[in-house]
Amino acid sequence: MLTVTHFIFLSAILFCLGAVGVLIRRNPLIMFMSIELMLNAVNLAFVAFGRFLQDLNGQVFVFLILTVAAAEVAVGLAIIVAIFRARESVDVDQVNSLKG
Amino acid sequence: MELYVFYLFAFIAVLAALGMIALRNPVHSAMSLALVFFALAALYVLLSAPFIAVAQVMVYAGAILILFVFVIMLLNPDLDQGAGALPGQRILAVGFGFALIVELALVVFTAVLPTARGIATPEWLAQQGDVQALGALLFSDFLLPFEITSLLLLVAIIGVIVLTKKHKAGN
Repeated sequence: MLTVTHFIFLSAILFCLGAVGVLIRRNPLIMFMSIELMLNAVNLAFVAFGRFLQDLNGQVFVFLILTVAAAEVAVGLAIIVAIFRARESVDVDQVNSLKG
Repeated sequence: MELYVFYLFAFIAVLAALGMIALRNPVHSAMSLALVFFALAALYVLLSAPFIAVAQVMVYAGAILILFVFVIMLLNPDLDQGAGALPGQRILAVGFGFALIVELALVVFTAVLPTARGIATPEWLAQQGDVQALGALLFSDFLLPFEITSLLLLVAIIGVIVLTKKHKAGN
C-alpha cells in the first residue's frame, strides 16, 4: 500500500542529497543544481500531501515554486556569467571582495 | 503494482541525485539532474498530478536544464581541479547530511498525519478535470500570487539583461 510517508521520506532523502551537494562541491554550477534538487524535493512533498489530503492547493504551490525556480536560475546563472567575465574563473572561494 | 512503480522511480531518482553530486564533469552532473527530473515527473503521474508532471518536464528538464548546459558550454569550467575540497569539508558535509536525514526520518516516521478531508477526491477530479480544477483555483483563490509571479518574471528578465550587459569602458 502506497502511503504519503513513502513520498515524504523520498522527498527528505532528495533534500538531504541536495544539501550535501551544496556543502561538498566547490563548483558554483553544481551547487546551483543542488539547490534545484532541494526545490524539487519540496515540490514532491507538496504534491504528495496534496494528493493524500485530497487538496489541490499543493499543486498550485508547486506551480508557483516552478516559476520562482525558473526566475532564480536565470538570475543566478547571469550572476555566475558576470563573475566569470570579471575574474576569468568561477571558483567560489575567489568571490571574496566583500570580505573585510 | 503502484508500490513497484514507486520504488523503481524512487531508486532512479536517488541514484541520479547521488550521481549529480558525485560526478566530476559538470555536463554529467547536468544529465544526472535531468534523470532526477524525469523520475520525479513519473512520480507526479503516480500521484495523479499529470499537469504538474508535464510542467516539470517542460520547465525543469526543458528550460532550466538547457540554461545550465548553455552556461557550462559558455564558461567551460573544468573546475573542481584538485584544489577542490577544503580540509575536512567532505567529512563535515557528509556528517551534516547524515544528521539532517536522521532528523527528517524521525519527523517523518513519528508525525501524526491528518486524514484526507479536502474536496479533491479522485472521482471529483475525474469529473472536473485536473487542469480545469487547477486553473479555476489559480484564477480565484490564488489570483494575487499568480499576478505577482508575472511581476517576478519581469524583474528576472530585466535583472538578467542588466547583469549580462557588457559595460562600456570607463563606466
